[in-house]
Amino acid sequence: MMILSGDPPRSRALTLILVVVIAGLAITPLVFPGAKAMNVATKICIFAALVASYDLLLGYTGTVSFAHTMFYGIGSYAIAIALYSMGPSWAAVATGVVIGLPLAMLLALAIGLFSLRVEAIFFAMITLAVASAFLVLASQLSWLTGGEDGRSFQLPELLRPGTVLISRGTLGFELNGRVLTYYLIFIASAAMILALLRVVNSPFGRVLQAIRENRFRAEALGFRTVFHLTYANCIAALVAASAGMLNALWLRYAGPDTSLSFSIMLDILLMVVIGGMGTIYGAIIGATIFILAQNYLQALMGAASNAAAEAGLPLLPGLLHPDRWLLWLGLLFIASVYFFPTGVVGRLRNPPRKSA
Amino acid sequence: MTDLLTLAGVHTHVGRYHILQGVDFAVPEGQTTMLLGRNGAGKTSTLRTVIGLWQASAGQISLDGQRIENSATPDIARLGVGYVPESMAVFSDLSVKENLVLAARDGPLDDTRLEWIFSFFPALRRFWLSRAGSLSGGQKQMLSIARAIVEPRKLLLIDEPTKGLAPAIVVALIECLAEIKRHGATILLVEQNFHAARELGDKVLVMDNGKIVHRGEMAALAADVALQERLLGLSLEAHQ
Amino acid sequence: MTDLAAIAALPKPKRDFLPVLLPVILALAMLPLIGSGSSWVTLTVASFAMGMMIFIMASGLTLVFGLMDVLNFGHGAFISVGAYVATLVLLPLASWVQADSLLTNLAVLAPAAFLAMAVSGALGLVVERVLILPVYGQHLKQILMTTGGLIVAEQALYALWGPQIIPLPLPTSLRGSFIIGDIAIAKYRLLAMLVGLVVFCGIQLVLNRTKIGLLIRAGVENREMVEALGYRIRRLFLGVFMVGSGLAGLGGVMWALYREQVHASMGNDLTVLVFIVVIIGGLGSIGGCFIGALLVAMVANYGGFLVPKLALVSNILLMVAILMWRPRGLYAVTSR
Repeated sequence: MMILSGDPPRSRALTLILVVVIAGLAITPLVFPGAKAMNVATKICIFAALVASYDLLLGYTGTVSFAHTMFYGIGSYAIAIALYSMGPSWAAVATGVVIGLPLAMLLALAIGLFSLRVEAIFFAMITLAVASAFLVLASQLSWLTGGEDGRSFQLPELLRPGTVLISRGTLGFELNGRVLTYYLIFIASAAMILALLRVVNSPFGRVLQAIRENRFRAEALGFRTVFHLTYANCIAALVAASAGMLNALWLRYAGPDTSLSFSIMLDILLMVVIGGMGTIYGAIIGATIFILAQNYLQALMGAASNAAAEAGLPLLPGLLHPDRWLLWLGLLFIASVYFFPTGVVGRLRNPPRKSA
Repeated sequence: MTDLLTLAGVHTHVGRYHILQGVDFAVPEGQTTMLLGRNGAGKTSTLRTVIGLWQASAGQISLDGQRIENSATPDIARLGVGYVPESMAVFSDLSVKENLVLAARDGPLDDTRLEWIFSFFPALRRFWLSRAGSLSGGQKQMLSIARAIVEPRKLLLIDEPTKGLAPAIVVALIECLAEIKRHGATILLVEQNFHAARELGDKVLVMDNGKIVHRGEMAALAADVALQERLLGLSLEAHQ
Repeated sequence: MTDLAAIAALPKPKRDFLPVLLPVILALAMLPLIGSGSSWVTLTVASFAMGMMIFIMASGLTLVFGLMDVLNFGHGAFISVGAYVATLVLLPLASWVQADSLLTNLAVLAPAAFLAMAVSGALGLVVERVLILPVYGQHLKQILMTTGGLIVAEQALYALWGPQIIPLPLPTSLRGSFIIGDIAIAKYRLLAMLVGLVVFCGIQLVLNRTKIGLLIRAGVENREMVEALGYRIRRLFLGVFMVGSGLAGLGGVMWALYREQVHASMGNDLTVLVFIVVIIGGLGSIGGCFIGALLVAMVANYGGFLVPKLALVSNILLMVAILMWRPRGLYAVTSR
């Protein structure tokens, strides 16, 4: 219980699902060493942490930020630019971390102090504007960021796929640099999620929830709400930037589309709402459902679209085209905000009771 | 004499607070009923529940024989209820004229009635085209009352009209309300100022903790100092 | 009516004119920096035209917020929908668009614009009933629901029209510029300015001269009291929402013609601009929205000319500067 900060899943079904997901992620490199499975598993790990940090804001403080991908992007670019310009060394990785994290935090601090004193709607609009300016900036400052093309780079020797640490013969699978990178990401993501769980269950987390419930009362009780909200914003930004760094390490690349785009922001929103706001665990569930659907459901939609096209049905081929999967996810999103505002986790914890 | 408004067992919850806890009373037609009580007793909540700004969670409210506890505010207002809230709620961005044009729901402003209103609220004529936001507190209160009577209404709900006004203005305001009363209006009036209550009230209701704890003739309460002390206690500090 | 108008009123309270002067000051301050008078005129006209288009798109958003405390994050969808719907008229009737006659051109532009407004307005009806009404008064869910609506609308446009960019050429008679001396003024920009001014004056007239307008202004200030006077504010709100959506659609058509292309992502891109305008102006203020739109367009045009690199973040800098000066925007309308 210590490791979960006294906040267990509180539902047998939820516990079971979490165990399956985490165990599945832990053994992916051993069981499904293919590139696609590894990519999917990595993305789930990284997004689980990223979404959990977003949940700290959305679920625990009730503020909607559209600038979360900005912090994610700062992390990605910090690693990418450092490794690109300094060459593949651990010193470069360290430089990226040392520059990226404080930068993300300072920006979060500035945004927080500047706009968190106003209400949620204002904050949402301002973060949206700032994030879009940052995206434009990143894609235009080509000398630094590589512009639209982004920055590709080489990893330090140890993390390269070609580096075989333990050959296949010894353990029955090959422990190479790629697998090592995967476990690095897996452990780092898990650590961040556990840390967030600790944060939300600390006295500080309780204050955040009090602010969410009733900001005026929290203020009347003597809490400096702007301070607390800004602090939460900074923590969330740090985790998001770290997740961005992991993402860059895995892709060996950072670019506007993989780290900054508005569609990633929407993905995060979808994941946190579908998984369940204000639970942290919801992030793991949401990320898993979303990314599995993104990678495997699209194939299904493609097949359905082709079938509809062959049957000569109007409109359906377009609506079922794999690229349109966000359409259905958007509808699912609206439905879940409306019908299941507590998401999957909320549902599993409090199954709907038949009213008498 | 018929009762225009009756409340029976009305409960109101706001958030997790149980504010009205079974309110029963009747407002007889053509009379002024005073609703007294200390701060937080539920007087304003009673008016808000009648006009539908808060939904009663239980009980019945009837206006002129019609059940209204589940009606929406605009529908209740359209049955002929004028409301003067505690905050006055004049539209400060609109002129005095525009405020009254909006209040005259059924058509253009009626000149005769307007002259009648100007006869006791002359300031409204003087500042006819000024922004309501630039009026003084007393003038805003006059405008707020004028809005409620710009067309004939069956029932007026008036919430602490004398609150925060200078004594001289309070005297004038009481005169005006008396004139409106003489015009045959039925009024449910929340008031902290006992002097005003004594001047205007026919009937009196005293609230405490979300319930009616006393009902009777205003004259009887005005004559019985001991009863006043017991019922109203500290709330009579301002009593002249 | 009695002769009441003649009666002396209170001394007028000081009207706040500083924000009105801001665009003028900005424009004049830029004159020496830009140097060339003709470039300055061209840039100023361009700013005005762009500002008017943004104003048309933003006006509905700010009114809806002022009246009902509802912020539609999917507002950009109406912009895109308007532009796409206009192509339904403009592309099949391309020969009319290409005809070298102003009358023929307008004969196809006007129905296209009206259809775009009608469809966006109707979509507004659906959005209000389906996405906003169920979560009325809950900001967090409002943001989430309308963002979801934005995703769905954008994807639906891709599904219906395909993901490619649709070129939308300007009508022949609106191409080119009027040349006065060494000053060139694009014809389409003049039209955009004209339409923008008509919309602005129309909104002001309705707000100040009609009972509906009085109700809207009163409702921005105090919803409860409007209801207590016997008006069904929900219905009023629905009307404003539909008109606002329709105006966004009109703005979408104009913007698409300005850029001579249509794409579903334009709504997204413009949402950011529109939000900045609405924040700068003060949520709920039409006058503030008008000035905000002008300022944003000026900063974009002058900035793009003087310091192209800065133009990328100029809007944000403008927003920060304005909010430092007036934290609630140029004109803070409501107490909310």
